[in-house]
Amino acid sequence: MKTVYTDNNATTKVADEVIEEMLPYFGELYGNPSSMHTFGGQVDAKIVEARQRVADLINADPEEIIFTSCGTESDNSAIYAAIKAYPEKKHIITSNVEHPAINNLYKQLQGQQGYEVTFVPVDEKGRLDLDLLYKSMSGNTAIISLMWANNETGVVFPIEEIARKANEKGILFHTDAVQAAGKVDIDVKKINVGMLSMSGHKIHAPKGIGVLYVKKGFKFSPFLVGGHQEKGRRGGTENTVSIIGLGKACQLAKETLPVMNTIVRELRDYLQNELLEKIPGSSVNGDLEQRLPNTVSIGFDAVEGESILLLLDKEDICASSGSACTSGSLEPSHVLMAMKVPFKSAHGSIRFSLSHYNTKQEMDHIIATLVPAIEKLRAMSPFWKDGKMI
Amino acid sequence: MWDYTDKVKEHFLNPRNGGELEGANAVGETGSLNCGDALKLYLKINENERIIDATFITFGCASAVASSSALTEIIKGMTLDEASKVTNDDISDYLGGLPKAKMHCSVMGQGALKKAIADYRGIQILEKPGELICECFEVTDLEIIEAVKANGLETTDDVTNYLKAGGGCGQCLDRIEAVIESVKAKG
Ligand SMILES: Cc1ncc(COP(=O)(O)O)c(C=O)c1O
Repeated sequence: MKTVYTDNNATTKVADEVIEEMLPYFGELYGNPSSMHTFGGQVDAKIVEARQRVADLINADPEEIIFTSCGTESDNSAIYAAIKAYPEKKHIITSNVEHPAINNLYKQLQGQQGYEVTFVPVDEKGRLDLDLLYKSMSGNTAIISLMWANNETGVVFPIEEIARKANEKGILFHTDAVQAAGKVDIDVKKINVGMLSMSGHKIHAPKGIGVLYVKKGFKFSPFLVGGHQEKGRRGGTENTVSIIGLGKACQLAKETLPVMNTIVRELRDYLQNELLEKIPGSSVNGDLEQRLPNTVSIGFDAVEGESILLLLDKEDICASSGSACTSGSLEPSHVLMAMKVPFKSAHGSIRFSLSHYNTKQEMDHIIATLVPAIEKLRAMSPFWKDGKMI
Repeated sequence: MWDYTDKVKEHFLNPRNGGELEGANAVGETGSLNCGDALKLYLKINENERIIDATFITFGCASAVASSSALTEIIKGMTLDEASKVTNDDISDYLGGLPKAKMHCSVMGQGALKKAIADYRGIQILEKPGELICECFEVTDLEIIEAVKANGLETTDDVTNYLKAGGGCGQCLDRIEAVIESVKAKG
């Protein structure tokens, strides 16, 4: 069996259509879009088209789209722009389950620049403490930044409601929609966010291309200071090929959004329910309802995640884990810890994240591999005996 | 990606001597569920103090399982005196080496062996003597001193790789540094 790829929250396959769209711009159409000549101009025209396609995915205006080098740059740019726009405000609100792309920036701001950062906690299902969030909003708050959907659990925050509250209080609101784009319907005309981050490689475009949506009217300061590109909001000659690829990917994402919410969701539910039924001592991490349609994180009691991944890998199945041994640290992921997932299952948590390229046959292969794999590890585990945790 | 040797992978996929041991007369346990790895070692020792059988049950990553498997292979047939000289390096060497960040898996093996031998001899090892340095992984200054001396550890990263100490919240890193310095100062 060929590789079964269920790690789409880590990165995705570049769609064939996207590759096809990009190819000429790797080769003969290498012009600089800023050039005066027709040769460069034709690349510029293609970027105009890409910008429109990206804007269409989230119902923005093309002028509100800034191309960046990745989701991380988008996130960093948003926070710096807020700080520059409101230098007198020294308070930031976020959650305690954000991606390192933004989380580690807060730590820097706290340390070196004297910012007070409120990390709003989540409950055991990964849902945000909205009361605390609203109480934390103050006249001193420069920006509220919350992820739309969590990369590890897929839990979705009520962004529309939060945006409304932020607007009532006149506080700038940014959302990291890197995991939400292409999986949930995003309409920036309906949901009043000031800024929004996306990343190409999570939606079947290449790695190393990102987007920051900036609402018209906000006085944005660039993170990368340089030439006039992106209307002076992001210096540096454009990554033309990837921008063109991202445009195509966004067009495809808009088309496949209904598939995400039907076929992919059903596949995910099938995988989840079969695993829960066939493997005792297993539980889903995160809210079952307010969740991305493609993601499931399951904790298996008394076994360790890296071991599970290695047994899956042997059968050419790609997934990921929130366990200590795979997070590059010695503790389980900060997301699972923030949710107070008990150690007994946190260490054995596996995330499957699907795409529309997955099939039912592949889900069956995962189930057929994982059931005996867990049994094998439990037979060796000091914490499992006679079919239960000890 | 896993930078495991083929031997580690092979021992993980086909562990030797996995399971409890009927009639074991010595048991040694290290690690805990919270820490993310734990090992229970069973020994059957004859009247000549020779280890005639050894098995394990382990919770942990691939290198923890492989280290346990290797340990049982190494010590089977040894006398207790011979076994008491087995070090974490022997376990790592047997497997063709472990990634730096996984050295603590072999340290865990050595620890369980020490406890099993003490169990057989009826010696009480004081649980964690010394002063607690790392609260996340419950590591004391004496354990750090021992690991620093035995393995020539130089940095806090080394200590974390071998003992996990300092790998949680990181608040004890300064104190670990101080312990390393004190060992160096004493030569
Ligand atoms: C929620 C979230 N934010 C930000 C990022 C960073 O995106 P990138 O890898 O493009 O920098 C990721 C992806 O890893 C993510 O999942």
